[in-house]
Amino acid sequence: MACCQSYIPDYFAITDILSTEERISCKIEVELPGLGFLDSSCQSENLKVGTKVEFPLWLAEPLKNLQNSVVSVDIPKIYKEGYRQILEADAEVIVLSKWNPFYYELGMHVRKLSDRDYEIITESLLQTFKSRFQLVMDWSQNAMSDPTLSIQLPRLERDLFLIGQQAKIRLVEWLKMGTNELVVSEITTNLKKRKREQYEFD
Amino acid sequence: MYGRKGFKLISELDLYSDILPFNVGCMIEALIKEVLQEMQSLYDANVANSNAIRNDNNMALLPSVQLRHIALKRNKRCILAYIYNRMRKLKELRWELGSILPPEINTNLINAEVQWFQSYNKSLAKYMRSLGEDHGFNLTTNMVPPKTLYVEVKCVEDFGKLELDDGQVILLKKNTYHLLPRSVCEPLIRQGILEHKKYVSMEFPSYEQETQTIQLRSIKSDD
Repeated sequence: MACCQSYIPDYFAITDILSTEERISCKIEVELPGLGFLDSSCQSENLKVGTKVEFPLWLAEPLKNLQNSVVSVDIPKIYKEGYRQILEADAEVIVLSKWNPFYYELGMHVRKLSDRDYEIITESLLQTFKSRFQLVMDWSQNAMSDPTLSIQLPRLERDLFLIGQQAKIRLVEWLKMGTNELVVSEITTNLKKRKREQYEFD
Repeated sequence: MYGRKGFKLISELDLYSDILPFNVGCMIEALIKEVLQEMQSLYDANVANSNAIRNDNNMALLPSVQLRHIALKRNKRCILAYIYNRMRKLKELRWELGSILPPEINTNLINAEVQWFQSYNKSLAKYMRSLGEDHGFNLTTNMVPPKTLYVEVKCVEDFGKLELDDGQVILLKKNTYHLLPRSVCEPLIRQGILEHKKYVSMEFPSYEQETQTIQLRSIKSDD
């Protein structure tokens, strides 16, 4: 029984927590007393105005959105003009997971940081996904696709890829007039595998 | 940097998507303690600073308080997400394996989780009893639509005696074959004690073979 997750990242969403850990370079706009240790090169006790620091996104975003912004942020280069053009040219050949394993999830957060490029980034994300979707679908429908493929995909596409493969397998089973067979739970199979490994190890 | 430990906790969860290692090597427990310690120190620093703001009207401290507060909320989110996602997995296990968990999983749980699982069991059982006519209705059976009432199964493990609905007792020994009511077998098959015997129909060529030949042909024609 799958308890489905809503598409919008909820409070407990693992992928959202993982993607918001990404470092964003920020400039301090207001002096922060007693937090000098957050910048390793800083000697003084306070974090001075103008210091450049790398804050995780979960910290940078709310600090910027405060009534008087504590930091000003610089969006990661993979969402900037140059990289957007690479994607525009040919999104399919890029190993997107090397740029960032949570490319789309992070992008949805990053676009909110940039007032100027909000719409351009959104459009770029959508176009990238659209042009790569065909590729992902192709891979998942081919039984011969190689298992390392899924590592090359960022998380969102990887999940789609795995779901697609499952669906394909189920379709083939159904076409064989089957689906009536009762099968061992995946969890039990995994537990047994583990036991055997332990046994062989001893 | 704040929030590091909490992040580690969640990536741990992300890594082992299929099992629940809670007490393994006490690592997770230690990690959770560290996160809680960090939260405590954040909280203490904030209390001290906010007192200073109130008493001396030292507004320069405010941004630091806000930063710590954000870090505090982040840590809380990490811990809650960790607990919640484990709970969700347990819930899925109930539907997959039934009300009794295999010992491998049980040892990985902490007391609170065992208690939660039992109370989930209870409410589910209560709900299923309220359905149907007199005996209630078991929602966890027939996960795939049944075509026959009886299925032929092979016993893979020594299980012992099994009492059927009509009171008949059978002995499930390794490598024996039985014809049993489907509803009785289903949970046992999922637990890996029985194996459903398949009948491959010979009349139709299997779809997979067919597609494979088509694919081969297309590869050849590409050359």
